[in-house]
Amino acid sequence: MSNGKFENSVRLDRDACKGCTNCIKRCPTGAIRVRDGKAVITKEYCIDCGQCIRVCPHHAKIATYDPVEHMKNYEYTVALPAPSLYGQFNNLDDTNIVLTALRKMGFDAVHEVGAAAEIISHISRDYVDAHPEQWPLISTACPSVVKLIRVRFPNLIPQLLPLEAPVELAATMARRKAMEDTGLPSEKIGIFFISPCPAKVSSCKYPLTVDHCDVDEILAMKDVYPLLLPYMPESAEQPEELAEAGRIGIGWGNSGGEAGGLLTDDYLAADGIENVIKVLEDLEDQKFTNLKFIELNACMGGCVGGVLAVENPYVARVKLKRLNKYLPVAKNHEVPEDLGFWNREIEYEPVFKLGSTLKESIAMMRKVDELTERFPGMDCGSCGAPSCRALAEDIVRGIAKESDCIYILKEYIQHISDEMSFLDVRKNRKENKNDDQGTGGQGDL
Amino acid sequence: MSDAIVLKYDVPGDDFTRAGEASSDIKQKLRKMGIPPEAIRKVAISMYEGEINMVIHAHGGQITVEITPEDVDMLLEDHGPGIADIEQAMQAGFSTAPEDVRGLGFGAGMGLPNMKKYSDEFSIESEVGVGTTVHMKVRF
Repeated sequence: MSNGKFENSVRLDRDACKGCTNCIKRCPTGAIRVRDGKAVITKEYCIDCGQCIRVCPHHAKIATYDPVEHMKNYEYTVALPAPSLYGQFNNLDDTNIVLTALRKMGFDAVHEVGAAAEIISHISRDYVDAHPEQWPLISTACPSVVKLIRVRFPNLIPQLLPLEAPVELAATMARRKAMEDTGLPSEKIGIFFISPCPAKVSSCKYPLTVDHCDVDEILAMKDVYPLLLPYMPESAEQPEELAEAGRIGIGWGNSGGEAGGLLTDDYLAADGIENVIKVLEDLEDQKFTNLKFIELNACMGGCVGGVLAVENPYVARVKLKRLNKYLPVAKNHEVPEDLGFWNREIEYEPVFKLGSTLKESIAMMRKVDELTERFPGMDCGSCGAPSCRALAEDIVRGIAKESDCIYILKEYIQHISDEMSFLDVRKNRKENKNDDQGTGGQGDL
Repeated sequence: MSDAIVLKYDVPGDDFTRAGEASSDIKQKLRKMGIPPEAIRKVAISMYEGEINMVIHAHGGQITVEITPEDVDMLLEDHGPGIADIEQAMQAGFSTAPEDVRGLGFGAGMGLPNMKKYSDEFSIESEVGVGTTVHMKVRF
């Protein structure tokens, strides 16, 4: 498991963690437990959805990403802004303004991820049409969705759209162009993704579906945004002609944008990790018919809802829509023939399995059911597990004990105190008897 | 001690919002037991169809699932109106579901055919006015 197969982008600030139940209750895969008063993430279960970062009131869950200072480490730097970046600014009527500001901030070149998204849309249209046997195809641009399917929905793996995420394609194209333009070797060129999403950190550094990802550094949109603001007025006066994406590419920032780029009505788009899980459950049971494509985004509203974005996702959505009227539908792109597709297969990772054999797992499940019956069913989280059933599983897996349940503990203490008071009564009686004998007074009861 | 685990589910009648709860729960558990994915899919689909049938036609019922290291055995029992002509009911596209239910996208007449298609063993017994019992098995 050291090959990066289960790397994730969330870290814990141990000092800030109060050991409360907020994150354990909201983790969609049950990956978090509180042990010894601190949250612990099981890497194998974590899908990098960012939910715990969002809900932690103490800001103890931290997304990992790279510092802006890393720009100094390269001779030539290229910024790849995600489409959602435009949703962070008020009254934006020209994407060139933001792109020019990025140049003024210090990047030597700027290429919109939206442009690569338009290429992926183009390849997707052909792929979807050519593969009716895989309908509905499931979008793979959201790394959390891919990770979720890998551990929880093995039956849906064959329906995954085997295409790179736009940023992966954008990075490879940007590196090629930078090497051509500058003659510099690859290692002197820094490709920086300006990301709303911490899940991209692990998916770029430990890619699951491609051998290598050309993104060198991932900057948080919330770090870059305040650095861009001072350059916005002057950029607005004389914007450079840098835009390469139209409505389709920039639409990818919102839920429904990717599907919109397929130019078909036979699609479904769901956002928010709980909704995504519900859709995948129903898809597994074959409840949908006549769909060609399913777009899924772990964040509410799509990528605009990423935890590294600044603006409220619903406001950002409106802003992106408003920007649309100034944009062409799509721009013309040269579609690189050797790029865009996965070169590795996704394999099912049965991380939730209880035992090592079927027989053992069945016996363990029976024990889990028995234990669950014994617990109060309040799912209070005081034991550090998100539910009574999860505690029962932990006990059967050997990583928790029954007395972690405060109700079981209370019963146990009650029982001991009853025994002690019983002993007390007996002791008193004995003492009284001795007293009686000593004084020759009245006998006890 | 036997190697089996037995799970029982009560399917409430006439409540579409709860149809699918049992098949969803069994899916989770089968996954944790390491049952092969293809078998999980077959169990989930056939059980979901059975649940929907109980909701639409039979005012609910009971499902008993027995899981062994070799197979999943499902027994679906209801005390609904029963099926007069089983052969006809087993035909793809045949449906007696009322209009309002069809409006919800159910009742396409694929329930029983799908249950048969996705299980490795399938039998059905029914008596009008008494109820229906379906027995399905999915092998690994």
